[in-house]
Amino acid sequence: MELSFYLIQLLNGIQLGFLLFLIASGMTLVFGIMGIINLAHGSFYMVGAYLAYWVTSLTDNLLWGILLALPLLFLIGFLIEKLAISFLYHRDHLSQVLLTYGLILILSSLQIIFWGKEFHGIDIPSPLNGSIALTDHQNYPVYRLFISFICGLTAFGMYFVIQKTRLGMKIRAGSSNREMLRILGIDVNKLYSIVFSVGIVLAGFAGMLVFPLNAVYPGMEENILIMSFVVITLGGIGSIRGAFLSAMMIGILETFGGVFFPEISSFLVFGLMALVLMWRPQGLFGQFR
Amino acid sequence: MTIKSSIKGFDRRTLIKGSALSVASLAITGGYPSILRATTTPIKIGIFLPYTGTYAKLGSNIKDALILKIEENGGGVSGRKVEFVNIDSEMNVSKSTERINKLILRDKFDFLVGPVHSGIGMNMARIARKSGTILIVPNAGANEITGKFCAPNIFRTSFSSWQTAYPAGKVLLEDGMKRVVLIYWNYAFGKQTADAFRESFEKGGGRIIADIPTPFPKSEFQSFFTKIAALEPDAVFTFYSGGGAIQFMKDFKRAGLNRRIKLYSTFLTEGTAKAAGDASEGIRSTLHYATTLKNSMNERFKSVFLKKTGQEADVFAVQGYDAGELIIQGLKRTGGDTVSQKRLIEAMESSKIQSPRGEITFSKAHNPIQDIYLREVINGENEMIKIAMEKVNDPALGCELI
Repeated sequence: MELSFYLIQLLNGIQLGFLLFLIASGMTLVFGIMGIINLAHGSFYMVGAYLAYWVTSLTDNLLWGILLALPLLFLIGFLIEKLAISFLYHRDHLSQVLLTYGLILILSSLQIIFWGKEFHGIDIPSPLNGSIALTDHQNYPVYRLFISFICGLTAFGMYFVIQKTRLGMKIRAGSSNREMLRILGIDVNKLYSIVFSVGIVLAGFAGMLVFPLNAVYPGMEENILIMSFVVITLGGIGSIRGAFLSAMMIGILETFGGVFFPEISSFLVFGLMALVLMWRPQGLFGQFR
Repeated sequence: MTIKSSIKGFDRRTLIKGSALSVASLAITGGYPSILRATTTPIKIGIFLPYTGTYAKLGSNIKDALILKIEENGGGVSGRKVEFVNIDSEMNVSKSTERINKLILRDKFDFLVGPVHSGIGMNMARIARKSGTILIVPNAGANEITGKFCAPNIFRTSFSSWQTAYPAGKVLLEDGMKRVVLIYWNYAFGKQTADAFRESFEKGGGRIIADIPTPFPKSEFQSFFTKIAALEPDAVFTFYSGGGAIQFMKDFKRAGLNRRIKLYSTFLTEGTAKAAGDASEGIRSTLHYATTLKNSMNERFKSVFLKKTGQEADVFAVQGYDAGELIIQGLKRTGGDTVSQKRLIEAMESSKIQSPRGEITFSKAHNPIQDIYLREVINGENEMIKIAMEKVNDPALGCELI
């Protein structure tokens, strides 16, 4: 194979890495920073995709679909935090697991009630649905490059907010010592409902961007949760930098593994995770707490 | 100690489920003595299909069509009413064995119908071999179900993976495709489909230039497309289903591969073809049914099914409908008797079903002998191009009944 073949594969890997980061980013916030195990992470990915599909089919415009679905999802996240999650901050992880598992069942039933069991796809709007010629016989879909671009922006945005702004400072402080933050006069409850809702919005945003590649259907969320756990555990829980790096590693490893060692490609990622965790049980950028 | 541990193992959920089931079975069997029950009590059909998750639509279409068939026959057969006990299989392969075992023990079903998923199907076949309950498989295509695990009491009204893929090899050769890439999900059904295709394609002189199994159920194909584009084959033969199939078709088109390389498949259902939009246009596939088949049975079935359920009929509905017909034909010939199971099985075995897909009969291994059609997606519909292979009979490798 020529050099261009490997370069395009590298591009495929980076592109997949961006996608994995976006899918896991919501969980980095909610689990990594708030310490809430949200098993329904994948369900919110699904809800986001369905909301965007729904608005898109009403307005006939994917951009509107996503722009209107985002605040709707924020509202849903906010309500769920107020009505359910907020009672769990003082409880152990097991209660969180129980509650969020219940959410999975409720959300998947609501999905079938509202939108049925069919598969629904949409067409990607015209400037984004084409492909760019890379060599004489290799073309690259524009929409995938677009997703990578948006994922890159999101990653940068998250990094900026958490590391460089006052809100980010509060979030980081809250993750290491909630009580101290309260004593200093900061409204921790409000802070947490915002962080949880943003986490939900990020999960759903990933669904909104990805579903036009494929379709919305019952069970579309099935593999999202495990993938997200792998990304954030490998990267180090609570570290956005770590999640980004591990998403890239996994993306590139899966791409080359799938092409050159198809029989063991599923194992490669978990093998990498096992090796890294033996060397650094806290993950690449994680800290012991 | 023993008492303690047994209580511990008996959690609240199984207790609730268990009591609900036993109440149901009490209500159904009533207090009749067993001989009387054999001819006047309702016939009990256990349905084990998925109603949640990705295969939810398949499960409900099979169930609705089965019930429709029984209703069309007056809600019973030979003077006996038919009762259904409906259970969500949840697509959970690891839990399925335990759940089916429990069901068979509690409710003495006359017939068990299910499932969709091949992994669960093999578990059900293993159990049916032991318990002797008549099992009718309305979808799961794993070759083993009417091969290695075949038994007198196991029937299938759908297809075997070999049966749908073998004719595809011949079709590609007829279309002039000589250098082909094989790409499929790396799990039992995908591999069986690929093997059957390879068998007939290479026998006819075709060459498979790359064999690419991809991890199941992942639907990221970009890296494989880069490889396929570099290989420049005449055609690609695939097996994917649901979300994987949709993404494959869309990505294939988006990467511009569809302009130079023809795409072939086995299972391309109406649902996935529509959801993939114009990315599915022109794709050819082989299957035992096409919604556009022109026969009076099919036209009638499609309109009745639509009126009854509000849903478009598809291949899964047809398979459920024929499962109902198989039960009816078997029972009619025994006068509704389910006690002498041997006679009932013989009657079912010799059934000749006028199905919406055309006429089907059953092989000695109890898999349908049926025509396999070549279809092409034209304006979002699978149009029947021709019969790819007539009266295809699965070789039923490893089956002791043959």
